[in-house]
Amino acid sequence: MTNPSQSLIIKMVSRTLATFIQVFGIYVIIHGHYSPGGGFQGGALLAAGILLIRMTEGREESQPTLATAIATPLASLGAVIFAGLGVVILFFGGNYMDYGAVPVPGMEVPVVRYYGILIVEVGIGLAVMTGLVSIFDDMVRTNRQSGPDMGRGGMS
Amino acid sequence: MNWVLEIFLDILLLTTAIVALQAKDLMTSAVATAAFGFTVALLFISMGAIDVGFTEAVVGAGIVGVFFVAAIYRTTRKTKD
Repeated sequence: MTNPSQSLIIKMVSRTLATFIQVFGIYVIIHGHYSPGGGFQGGALLAAGILLIRMTEGREESQPTLATAIATPLASLGAVIFAGLGVVILFFGGNYMDYGAVPVPGMEVPVVRYYGILIVEVGIGLAVMTGLVSIFDDMVRTNRQSGPDMGRGGMS
Repeated sequence: MNWVLEIFLDILLLTTAIVALQAKDLMTSAVATAAFGFTVALLFISMGAIDVGFTEAVVGAGIVGVFFVAAIYRTTRKTKD
């Protein structure tokens, strides 16, 4: 977890597999309106890809994929996208999260609602992905001051 | 045909649950819990709840297993009882 894995096979397989997991996660997010899945499932799949890299490459080497410092701000950004788009609708005279109320020129009401739900799904996916990665980073954090029984797990 | 699959999944469900409870090595318990989650997901899908089964497969078999491994990494690997 904190140290990179020694096995070449594990590294190569996880690097290849994480790519396909994340592509499938993006597919699930953008097809969430009319098929099983949605923001939460796609975000959890994206987080699974990042956590696979975190577990095999080690915590320090996997920072370029998603840095620990920006995980929590991105989760907050996802929550703001989710709730803020509903508030924006209020200024156009519609109900909260009634995306069809926004008058976009050249678009029918169902099309506007379609894109509104898509933006909300992207926000949910962002919040879930960075939230799960942030939980994992907090769980494997090496804190020298506290935790007298650190490292007794016998794992690398 | 469907009830044969469901009985097989039920037997697998009981087996993974008993293995997860009785194992002395906590890593075995974590992997058995992930297998339990995936079997539950297959049962949900066989009952027609595609969305619930998908969520259970992603969360129960993927994320929860990773979190259990991270928790075992912070503590000891063997059980006392």
